[in-house]
Amino acid sequence: MNAPMSKTAVPALQLEGLRKSFGRTEIIRGVDLSIQRGELHAVIGPNGAGKSTLFNLITGRFAPTSGTVRLHGTDLAGMAPFQINRMGLSRSFQITNIFPKMTVFENVRCSLLWSQGYRYSFWNLVSRSRELNEGADEILEQINLTARRDLPAGVLSYAEQRALEIGITIAGGADVIMLDEPTAGMSHSETDYIVELIRKVTENKTLVMVEHDMGVVFGLADRISVLVYGEIIATGRPEDVRANPKVQEAYLGAALEAEH
Amino acid sequence: MTDTTHKSAVSTPASRLTLGQVAPWLFAIAFLVLLPFVFKSNAALTIMNQMMITIVFALAYNMLLGQGGMLSFGHAVYLGFGGFMCMHIMNAVEDNGLPLPLPLLPIFGGLFGLGLATIIGSFSTRRAGTVFAMISLGIGELIAACTVIIVVLFGGEEGISGDRTYGLPVFGYEFLQQIEVYYVLGFWTVLSALLMYLFSRTPVGRMANAVRDNPERAEFLGYSARWVRFYSFCASGFFAGVAGAMVAINYEILTEQSMSATQSGVILLVAFLGGVGFFFGPIIGAIVFTLLQSVLSLYTEIWQLYLGALFLATVMFFPGGLAGVLMMHVPVARLGKFGLLVMPYIKTLLPALVSVIGVSALMEIIFHYRHAPPGDEEMTLFWVTFDSHNLLAMLIAFVVAAAGFWVAKRNSGELRNAWHAANTPDGGRA
Ligand SMILES: Nc1ncnc2c1ncn2[C@@H]1O[C@H](COP(=O)(O)OP(=O)(O)OP(=O)(O)O)[C@@H](O)[C@H]1O
Ligand SMILES: [Mg+2]
Repeated sequence: MNAPMSKTAVPALQLEGLRKSFGRTEIIRGVDLSIQRGELHAVIGPNGAGKSTLFNLITGRFAPTSGTVRLHGTDLAGMAPFQINRMGLSRSFQITNIFPKMTVFENVRCSLLWSQGYRYSFWNLVSRSRELNEGADEILEQINLTARRDLPAGVLSYAEQRALEIGITIAGGADVIMLDEPTAGMSHSETDYIVELIRKVTENKTLVMVEHDMGVVFGLADRISVLVYGEIIATGRPEDVRANPKVQEAYLGAALEAEH
Repeated sequence: MTDTTHKSAVSTPASRLTLGQVAPWLFAIAFLVLLPFVFKSNAALTIMNQMMITIVFALAYNMLLGQGGMLSFGHAVYLGFGGFMCMHIMNAVEDNGLPLPLPLLPIFGGLFGLGLATIIGSFSTRRAGTVFAMISLGIGELIAACTVIIVVLFGGEEGISGDRTYGLPVFGYEFLQQIEVYYVLGFWTVLSALLMYLFSRTPVGRMANAVRDNPERAEFLGYSARWVRFYSFCASGFFAGVAGAMVAINYEILTEQSMSATQSGVILLVAFLGGVGFFFGPIIGAIVFTLLQSVLSLYTEIWQLYLGALFLATVMFFPGGLAGVLMMHVPVARLGKFGLLVMPYIKTLLPALVSVIGVSALMEIIFHYRHAPPGDEEMTLFWVTFDSHNLLAMLIAFVVAAAGFWVAKRNSGELRNAWHAANTPDGGRA
């Protein structure tokens, strides 16, 4: 047992010796990482490095083979995604994961319910809560989907569904937000807009983001981790990571070249 | 009353009721109150009572299927259990002179339905999909088998009967007459439908839709898919129990047939026929089904064949059910282009109807030919009496069916074009 630490010193997220195997292949091969409260942290790395798997381990979608994940100091072992979410962690998905038959508005409103304390209420009518409906409309405004409000989410264009994916994730006001490739498939102007939005809604919050767009990563992140073949080969401030020769060799050289 | 949210939420203060929200309910109440003034006979009242029972049961069933994405093959169990318990209450009240007025019985039916659903739901709602469906089937068979084994509770093959005119008159009504029963059931039908509708607008009711669409994502929003399903399941069990109490009040007897697998299958058919995607779909399904069942069965022995054909046609061509077909016309009506459809509809549907009549005549003739006692070769069909062993009759029926089909098919292209035109805004894109 660790001695209780002062509140500010407890990292928002702490991974220790995290490992995950699917069958005989080990995908995450011992990850240690500590992300402070209020930090904007980017995870980068080549395709198939295990970034999404890492997200799935943190958020309870998969159980780790070994190692621990702590959220604000609490060990998440054995917790279901909904329990982790209730502790203030919200995530988005690389492959859009929305409620296709419900309207865009309903999608967002449903993501506000738990955080506004409605739990499993069957004695409140959702249409009667001003806070709930205005809150949902405000999110729609932020993600530029007000015009699509009453359409089934399934008929939106790809980029619009990506925006909705982010809206659903940030709606509940969680204090740890994890975004898996939020700007994938968006145009330049849409990307700029979404990055501004991410910056705004994560003020005073902790952000963990997987992103391939190096412009976004270096513009937004306080710290960056580079994941290659299930291992973090470097963690640090953007300029240090950029200068790191190991990173240059394994990933960044190619990725930065691709930018130009 | 559709699944989409009302636009009014933006422009009007969230806490005010709009006329559009209240009007359907007022209309339904007025309709139910006035109906017996039009259809006065006891036979009509019997059909209407059965219709209301089916409406409540189908709506309860759709809380699972349409709203919550749970396919149950054994939901009659909750109706039956509530109903049997109400029969026992009825008898106990009569024997002991307890002051329990008959109109309150559905509360108890509901509570027993809820109790059973709480027990079964505690493990069956852990998973959706095939696992849930199989558990519901197993439980359904299990409890249905109990009806003939646990005789004290379910009365064996005779069932449990009682007398609704037990006890105290309520405001002078003793429930001797069908019409009094009609209004008791009418009250519970409207109240149950309203409560089920309101349930669908609560946080847990909204999340039932979310869990239906994408259980995994719902879990990342703080909701356990399993508990969301559990709450829907319990609520559905409650209203199935209310329907069971309505059966007890109306028929004064419950038999194992009420909770059989057949009954569970029927309600699935009713809900699907009406349309599971809309709150009011099962209501339409219940009305159409009960009418077909009671009216058609008066005229033909093979009515189930027609029902099966209708069900098949619905599932294959209109998966949204009858409600879905109705709602398809909303955009057309909004554009004010309904007029474009009238003639093409007549030109296609009229021959189609002729064709259906031809096919059914053919079926009836063959059925009579095979099943009438030897020597009885005369049959009456559509007010015409003829010899069912005469090939000419079959030939005429066949020609009518084929001709109707051919004309309908020839005109269907025109209907398709008209449909397209009616859905295209003026000056807009296609
Ligand atoms: N559920 C699973 N079962 C088996 N293998 C899996 C599973 N999920 C991921 N993998 C494997 O793990 C490896 C890492 O996948 P992951 O999706 O985490 O990579 P990533 O870093 O997010 O890549 P990308 O940049 O393409 O999104 C891949 O080889 C993938 O095939
Ligand atoms: Mg990935």
